[in-house]
Amino acid sequence: MSTAAAKLVEMRGLKVAFDSVQVLHGIDLDIAKGEAVGLVGESGCGKSVTWLAALGLLPGKASVVGSVKIDGQELLAAPRSALEQVRGGRVAMIFQDPSSSLNPVLKIGRQIAEALLIHRGLRGEAAKTEAWRLMDMVGIPDVRRRFDLYPHEFSGGQCQRLMIAMALAGEPDLLIADEPTTALDATIQAQILDLLTSLRTETGMATVFISHDLGAVSQVCERVCVMYAGRIVEEGMVDELFAEPRHPYTRGLFDAIPGIDGPRQRLIPIAGTVPDPRNLPKGCSFSPRCPRAVEACNHELPQLVSIGRGRQLACARPVPPAAIGAEKRDRIAEGMMY
Amino acid sequence: MIRFVLVRLFRALITILAVVTFAFVVLRMSGDPAQVMLGPDVPQDSVDAFRKAWGLDQPLWIQYIAYLKSIFTGDFGVSMRDKASALRLVMERVPATLQLTVPALILKLVIGIPAGVYAALHRQSFADRGVILLAILGFTIPSFVMGLVLVLIFSVMLGLLPSGGQDTWMHGVLPTITMSIGGIGILARFSRSAMIEVMGQPYIRTASAKGLKWSDVVWSHALPNAAVPIVTIVGFMVGSLIAGAVVVESIFSWPGIGRLLVVSVSNRDLAVVQCILLIIAATMVVSNLVVDLLYGWLDPRLRSHTGH
Amino acid sequence: MTPLIEVRDLVRIYHVRHGLFGRPTPVRAVDGISLAVMPGETLGIVGESGSGKSTLGRMLLGIDAAQEGEVVFDGKPMPASRTLEWRKLRAKMQLVYQDPLAALDRRLTIATQLSEPLEIHRLIPREHRAARVAELMNAVGLRPDQATRFPHELSGGQRQRAVIARAIASRPKLLVCDEPVSALDVSIQAQIINMLRDLQQQHGIAMVFISHDLKVVRNMADKVAVMYLGRVVEEASADVIFHSPMHPYTRALVSSVPRAGIPLQGRAILQGEPPNPANRPSGCAFHPRCPLARDLCRIDAPQLKTVGHERTVACHVTAGEDARIAA
Repeated sequence: MSTAAAKLVEMRGLKVAFDSVQVLHGIDLDIAKGEAVGLVGESGCGKSVTWLAALGLLPGKASVVGSVKIDGQELLAAPRSALEQVRGGRVAMIFQDPSSSLNPVLKIGRQIAEALLIHRGLRGEAAKTEAWRLMDMVGIPDVRRRFDLYPHEFSGGQCQRLMIAMALAGEPDLLIADEPTTALDATIQAQILDLLTSLRTETGMATVFISHDLGAVSQVCERVCVMYAGRIVEEGMVDELFAEPRHPYTRGLFDAIPGIDGPRQRLIPIAGTVPDPRNLPKGCSFSPRCPRAVEACNHELPQLVSIGRGRQLACARPVPPAAIGAEKRDRIAEGMMY
Repeated sequence: MIRFVLVRLFRALITILAVVTFAFVVLRMSGDPAQVMLGPDVPQDSVDAFRKAWGLDQPLWIQYIAYLKSIFTGDFGVSMRDKASALRLVMERVPATLQLTVPALILKLVIGIPAGVYAALHRQSFADRGVILLAILGFTIPSFVMGLVLVLIFSVMLGLLPSGGQDTWMHGVLPTITMSIGGIGILARFSRSAMIEVMGQPYIRTASAKGLKWSDVVWSHALPNAAVPIVTIVGFMVGSLIAGAVVVESIFSWPGIGRLLVVSVSNRDLAVVQCILLIIAATMVVSNLVVDLLYGWLDPRLRSHTGH
Repeated sequence: MTPLIEVRDLVRIYHVRHGLFGRPTPVRAVDGISLAVMPGETLGIVGESGSGKSTLGRMLLGIDAAQEGEVVFDGKPMPASRTLEWRKLRAKMQLVYQDPLAALDRRLTIATQLSEPLEIHRLIPREHRAARVAELMNAVGLRPDQATRFPHELSGGQRQRAVIARAIASRPKLLVCDEPVSALDVSIQAQIINMLRDLQQQHGIAMVFISHDLKVVRNMADKVAVMYLGRVVEEASADVIFHSPMHPYTRALVSSVPRAGIPLQGRAILQGEPPNPANRPSGCAFHPRCPLARDLCRIDAPQLKTVGHERTVACHVTAGEDARIAA
């Protein structure tokens, strides 16, 4: 596994609260140089908040504690000028709704050139040429003409490519993609995932891919962290975790996803709903919905522990590895609908 | 582009015509100008003679057509009171009004917009709450109350500033301030809400995530977007540069168009009133047209509707 | 068996203005669609932006009028929208769409909203309404105490359940669902999908299920129509279409769904952008992005041809000349 020298990002005990409601309960996460890590979870799990907090992009009234280090440099509570250099320059972030994430009254070329100026000191013709190169790299046709267009003159997929170009402008070591394909059409999603993968190969930068779409995550990432209600509940290499999910929530997610191959079948949902952060269940946050929960699960919060081969798990009664095939049809989840 | 401007101009002319027609009809229906002008004790013959001399005995629509014809030849009529050209009388007073309204507009822009923007950027702070409170006070207190209170404090009690007339520049201070307070409040409030709306947009987060300095995020990304709604309000204020001083000029005995309008209406000095209203309508309409054209420049999305 | 709802050669045109000062150009959002849904059957409609699937959904309900073609419901032509007959038909056909918060009135309790269709269509005497509302809430899995709640006090999934309860209150024969689960978490999606299928089977409701999410459609639909730029390019049973898609666009759509364990590089990824309906390509609308495009495709728009049992494809290349033209 990653040695201390190759660690790009080291996150320890990251906790975030809004208006004294705790939404993130202590995240420990490492990202190695050039690694692609997926962050998977449903609404309210805190997957986006984690990185917004790391970059200091949360509104002022959010309280953030813990430690996030990039190459040894502490980000939390760093002075504003230091953060401004890191943002875009070492860690770039792209967001979910690309059409709204670009300034509508500024030309797109200007927006890309801005990033080039701040992080690479490029101006004038040099900046323009480099912006063209970036736009080309992300697959925008006819770059010279399109440099002077406004965001609303591009489609959703193209806006996302432009966001990626803007993110690459600062030559970051880490790209955080926050649900980058959720708002896009299916065929465009595939293009963007393909682009992200090939860019990673070309530039060698690390990627954090945040999504609720397990399939998409598996295309782009080597390692996956599953989050629930503000905590990481399972972590492991993609192939292994997808073949053998151990945490009941991860299992539940896989079972709940409709398959496109194979015959039409009844879906196996996870009963209940994601808990309100103001009112988290005692003990394990997932226990009210967990088909494997026992009484102890309602009292004791399981810690995230390593179970070997890079796997981490926070569960007192994980799904046993051997019985995966047999258990698929035996779920009792249907009884509760809410 | 041409078609756009022409359509707007056409609508503008219709508006002006509507205003003038309305004034024309209402003035003549709401009291006999002859009676008002001559006084109550005058014999009927004199009244009739007066009416005949001024063409007031003709049917309304004939008077209307005659008036429209004379406008197109540049003749805006003659004041019944002064026997001088109505247009000349009005234009003489315009500079005086502008001496109040232009500095007031500048005050509104220079104080109102920055106050609103600052409040938006520092929400929930004392400054924010203070700005909101002062803004509300500013535009809810009627200008005549404000004017009289200022006169009370600065003229009567403190004796610092004069309370009426137009003799020195100091005479203009209180009226200008009175005029600007409401507008400052409105602009502050609007700028604040426009900025708050803009600051909540996803592209502001993108700008921060790029590593832009906070001041650049505000100046280059937020303000250009907040400009559109703010420009609308400023457009209205520019439009009322001539019209907006009626109350203030009356309180401070300032010899501008507003006072002339009040006096002429009570005298039923028809030509003067119509002339003033026409100029006011024209100013409003032109400034709205300019604002419309400005939108296209400020917000590129309005220039074409062919978004993908 | 006669279809419950049938559309023939449906066309919907709206006008778009280019620039502040241009002339409006007509855009064919729906360009000659013929479909039929049998009672109790689920038709899935898939497509991307610009395909016209949402417009088609609204036309099925008679909300958007057709410029050409006709909609026939239960043997009778669809009345013009907002007329009395049309309003009476609402009891038999309902719409569930993506945003449940927008579909519910923020100021009314859930119970009030569920009983509204019962009041409007005077289906049940006042004394029995409360019981029916309780029955509906139970059927969709809402708790009795949620009857007095307001929409913002419920979760997204619960709101969508309330919307569905309201939709089935009048015992409709047809339910048009336009992206009903897209805004929900994956685990809740599965709950709602199962619930919809159960309700459908219990009450024999026909459904038109419009979605861009192929996985969801696959599990809901009996047969599927794939739309591209206002036309149906392929229609077949769900099993057939997902197992062996014929039209190049359908193939691209099916292969664009990321599957765990199968890397992207091995699959064909469709290049280019979804088309702009205002700027329709000549001939076959798909030809600029089609890996199999030939000269004919640029000139001639293909018709839907029958290529198997209840299976139609509109493509010159994959459904050749020997296939019969679909009626």
